[in-house]
Amino acid sequence: MRAVITVIGKDTVGILAKVSTVCAENGVNVMDVTQSILQGMFAMIMMVDISGCTVPFSELSDKLTDLGDSMGLRIHVMHEDIFNSMHRI
Amino acid sequence: MLNSHDILETINMIDNENLDVRTITMGISLLDCIDPDANRACDKIYDKICRYAQNLVKTGEDISKEYGIPIINKRISVTPISMIAGANPGVNPVRFALALDRAAQTVGVNFIGGYSALVHKGFSPGDYALIESIPEALSRTEFVCSSVNIGSTKAGINMDAVAKMGGIVNRVAEATADRDCIGAAKLVVFCNAPEDNPFMAGAFHGTGEPDCEINVGVSGPGVVRAALAKAGDCDITAIADIIKKTAFKVTRMGQLVAQEASRRLCVPFGIVDLSLAPTPAIGDSVAYILEEMGLECCGAHGTTAALALLNDAVKKGGVMASSHVGGLSGAFIPVTEDAGMIHAAQCGALTLTKLEAMTAVCSVGLDMIVIPGDTPSEVISAIIADEAAIGMVNSKTTAVRVIPAIGKKVGEELNFGGLLGGGPVMEINRYSPAKFIHRGGRIPAPMQSLKN
Repeated sequence: MRAVITVIGKDTVGILAKVSTVCAENGVNVMDVTQSILQGMFAMIMMVDISGCTVPFSELSDKLTDLGDSMGLRIHVMHEDIFNSMHRI
Repeated sequence: MLNSHDILETINMIDNENLDVRTITMGISLLDCIDPDANRACDKIYDKICRYAQNLVKTGEDISKEYGIPIINKRISVTPISMIAGANPGVNPVRFALALDRAAQTVGVNFIGGYSALVHKGFSPGDYALIESIPEALSRTEFVCSSVNIGSTKAGINMDAVAKMGGIVNRVAEATADRDCIGAAKLVVFCNAPEDNPFMAGAFHGTGEPDCEINVGVSGPGVVRAALAKAGDCDITAIADIIKKTAFKVTRMGQLVAQEASRRLCVPFGIVDLSLAPTPAIGDSVAYILEEMGLECCGAHGTTAALALLNDAVKKGGVMASSHVGGLSGAFIPVTEDAGMIHAAQCGALTLTKLEAMTAVCSVGLDMIVIPGDTPSEVISAIIADEAAIGMVNSKTTAVRVIPAIGKKVGEELNFGGLLGGGPVMEINRYSPAKFIHRGGRIPAPMQSLKN
């Protein structure tokens, strides 16, 4: 099962490292990363495999949200189906 | 493959444009709960609802978290209670409302709809008793919503029921006058009521529906408005196209949530309701979409045309995005629940007469409109009759949900808080329709041909 992690906010040192650490600690495999500056904001998108995730999805989501709050960033983790269904016919 | 633009667009819709799934509503048939002993019937109702809906709220929350989509409400609709309580003549139907309220509280939903009667052609004794009990039921419960269908395109309009409902609306408002007359916000009078509507307060589970099903209502006025704002100066054809595309995306999300909820709860998927449902939150307004199209203020001349365009484009976009569409499916214009409508009503741009015209081209009717507390019951009945006539002749659902603000006059305000919002008391026409209303009888069903 794949999910998409998005990180949006002001660019600071260590975003990728910290998000990746949460992933690694919870058995989430990072498959692809893209990042860009969008309208002056930092935007990172990670495609991850959560089939080996060691905690329930909601807990992973809470951990990433907490990390985002502590760094002043908005971090979402969402099942990839939501994007597929909205943007693909 | 997914591209980052699409992903960020979805995130932006959720974070900044109030995109959400408005409601997952579980429809539950109570026909097998009918019992000659009213106490036993109420126990069966409570048990069945609790058994079927025990995981509804948790499942909704899990889906919301996994897909990152806010799911605002989890609700239940049941078989019209007049059909169940009809088996217990002489018993106060409020007992059934209390059972529904307890069940709603136990499973944690925020509304339960179906304290209803369908009387478009006439009353059974059960219907009559239930309608009489609505004021007491809505004042003694917190979660129960009530609706009465008084007309249809096939049957015409039951003017006896129309005359009765004017008085009931007033009595409900009086019975809850200490709580900003909130009871009247939970009572809808319908013409052509749909049997699979997931939206409150008018939801009930029709007799043609399965034992249990999941219906989902989507939302997203903020997303549509933002898409139009981004498009800038374009012609009306382009506006319609943008709305269709946006409605498609919003509905696909609703379809996904509906299918997932249906799978996890092991309950058949019913329909997705393609309605644009506003909330009082800033930016989540249908009125602002109309203003984005180029009206100075909602209610200005041109509003009806703009709304017709919006309503049609939402359906065209949504229909392709969902396997089964139903319910009310159209743009809602509940005045107190829409920041833009509240503003338009306050500044005098939006009047009851304009709202009535608007209801001819959109779902669902005169919705959440605060009227003076001293409005005679006959006037409310006449408002219901006018609205039902629009629905009957145009083969569409219309409804009236007006709130008489007991003790308040035009210009003063009611405030319900939450999704129900609040708004100013609006001016009504004071000339009396009393004789017309008291005639009783039925308006015959209209011609279905020779349309002009």
